[in-house]
Amino acid sequence: MQDMDRAHIAGDAAEHVLTYADGTSRRVYVTSIETPYPHGKLIVSRTNTAGIITQCNQSFVDMSGYAMDELIGQPHSILRHPAMPAAAFRDLWDTVQAGRQWHGYVKNLRKDGGHYWVYAAVVPNIRDGNIAGYTSVRREPSRVNIEASEARYAEMNRP
Amino acid sequence: MSFNFTVSPSFPNERISDWYIFNTWLQRSLSLPIHLELYDNFGAQRAAIAAGKVDMIHANPFDASLLVREKGFRAIARPEGPPDEMVVVTAADSPAQGIPDLTPGTRLACTDDPCVNTVGRILLEPANLDTGNTVEHRRDTYIQVAKEILRGEADIGFLPVVAFKSLSSLVRRDLRVLVTSDAQVIQHVFLVGPALHERGDDIARLLLAMHETSKGIAMLEALGATSWQPVQQEDVEFMIDIISTLTQ
Repeated sequence: MQDMDRAHIAGDAAEHVLTYADGTSRRVYVTSIETPYPHGKLIVSRTNTAGIITQCNQSFVDMSGYAMDELIGQPHSILRHPAMPAAAFRDLWDTVQAGRQWHGYVKNLRKDGGHYWVYAAVVPNIRDGNIAGYTSVRREPSRVNIEASEARYAEMNRP
Repeated sequence: MSFNFTVSPSFPNERISDWYIFNTWLQRSLSLPIHLELYDNFGAQRAAIAAGKVDMIHANPFDASLLVREKGFRAIARPEGPPDEMVVVTAADSPAQGIPDLTPGTRLACTDDPCVNTVGRILLEPANLDTGNTVEHRRDTYIQVAKEILRGEADIGFLPVVAFKSLSSLVRRDLRVLVTSDAQVIQHVFLVGPALHERGDDIARLLLAMHETSKGIAMLEALGATSWQPVQQEDVEFMIDIISTLTQ
C-alpha cells in the first residue's frame, strides 16, 4: 500500500509507520480531528478473503475521504489508525476466518489524517459451505463506549 | 391446487385493495390459481410460513433471510424505489432534540415489524439505550404507535418512513422526527417458494415487464413502486449477511 500523501493532510499531523501482519509497512499522518458519525447511516463494505475491498456504499466513501475508485482494490487496512492495537485486528481475523461474526469499536483513519469511530460488525460470507469473502457493517457508537474503547486501546498499546 | 401468496404486513392499510388487484392480475397472467392471504401482523405471517402455507411472498428483508436460507425460497425481483428506511419520532413538544438526549427509562412504542424494530434499536445505541433500560409498548398498527406518543403514553416511536408519510397531516404536525435511518441496502424482495420454482422464470418475466403497460404502471404506482428490478441470488445473500450483523 502507498504511503499517505502529506499534501492531503488537514493541519498539524503526527507521522507514524504502521507495520501490517504481512510484514509490509505504510507511512501515515494523523491529526486530532474527529469526523462525527453521520446519524442514521450504515457504512457497508465487502472484501475478498485476502481483505481487499471489492464493494462499498456511499457512506463508506464519504466517511473515509477517499474516492470510490481509490478504495476498490485496496486492502481494508487503508483505514487502519495507529491508535488501534494490532491485537484487535488479529482477534478480528481469527474470529471471521473461523466462520464467526466479530464485533468491536474501531477508530478509522481518514485520507485527510482525521478519524471517525464506529461500532463494527464483520461477518464471513458463507457460500456453498466456504468463506467467499467478508462483509463489514458499521454503525454509530455511543460517546461512552468510544471513551472506554479509547482508554482500553491506549492500555493495550502501552509497551 | 391453489398457491398461497402473501405480502409483508408493513404496507399501509389503504393498499390492501391494490394488493388484491395485483393478485388478480398475477393469476390471470400466469393462468395459475393464486390465493392472496394478508396477515394482520408479523407473528401470524411467520406462523403461516412455518406451517408451509406460503408459496409466494413480497417479503420484508428479515423474513427474506429466513425464507431464502432455511425454506428454499428464491428471490426473483425487488421493487424499484427508495430502500426501506424508518424514523424514530417523538412528540413535537418533546425536550429531546436528538437521540443522545434520550435517557434510560425511555418509553418506546412500536409494532412487531422485525425490520423496523431492529434498525430502530440500532439508532438508539448512540444514547446507550437497549431493551434493558427502555420500556417497550407493542402496538398492532403504526397509527396506534403515533397516537401513543400524542397521548403522552410513549416518549418515542418506531415507524417505517412510508407509514410516517401516510399519517394524516394533523398527526404528523404533532410529531417530530429525531432521526431517519439511511441504511441504503435493506429492501423488500419478491420470493417464490419451492412449489413455484418451476414457474419462477415466468413470474420474473411478468413482473419485470409490468411497467411496460399503462395498466401495469397504474398497479405499480398504487403499490408505491415504479417498476420491478431483477434480483440475483447473490444480491439477496449479501443483504442477508448485512442483516445478520444487525441482529447480533
